[in-house]
Amino acid sequence: MRTYEVVFVTASTITSGELEAFTAQMQTVIEGKNGKVVKVDTWGKKALAYKIGKFREGYYVILSIEGNGAVIAELERRFRVTDHVIRFLSVRLDEDMKRSEKLKAARRRKSASAATAEPRTVPPSEGAQEATI
Amino acid sequence: MPAPKRFTVRRKRVCKFCAEKITYIDYKDGKLLSHFTPERGKIIPRRISGVCSVHQRQLALAIKRARHLAILPFVSD
Repeated sequence: MRTYEVVFVTASTITSGELEAFTAQMQTVIEGKNGKVVKVDTWGKKALAYKIGKFREGYYVILSIEGNGAVIAELERRFRVTDHVIRFLSVRLDEDMKRSEKLKAARRRKSASAATAEPRTVPPSEGAQEATI
Repeated sequence: MPAPKRFTVRRKRVCKFCAEKITYIDYKDGKLLSHFTPERGKIIPRRISGVCSVHQRQLALAIKRARHLAILPFVSD
């Protein structure tokens, strides 16, 4: 299983009911492909940094998904055929998160071992950072 | 003759992400990313911002993702 984060932006002309229905539909699509929706985060209406087509505003929805590549392929296909969706982005997160956790664990170990050792002039956290860079 | 004394004192710049122990730079955090994109919208080189090479690479990727989602502008003037 892989962890993904899928963000899509819909046009500001969509009604809130339509957006909810579409989001719910996407969730059933994910579950239909044996994926799991971990979290749905809606940012609501937000100004775009630049004009997309003729739109200056968009609704942002972020889906946190567990699943495989087939789920993403199907979702992206649906985003492409839906007129409301003006932008989307899928990012695979598990590898980045794994590395992030590893770094955090290494940092914890380092500060723990530094605390037990004799105190130095350099704070242990700084020494740990330099080693990871 | 002794060598002329250097008057400029160089302050050691510290990578913001290392200092704050950020291990994953989120592309959705437009506020954070905007610190590294001045008005023009370009990515600040790390020789100026002081970001370490590991984080600069992550930062550049995050900014590019944010641009695609219209969280950050490609260009603005």
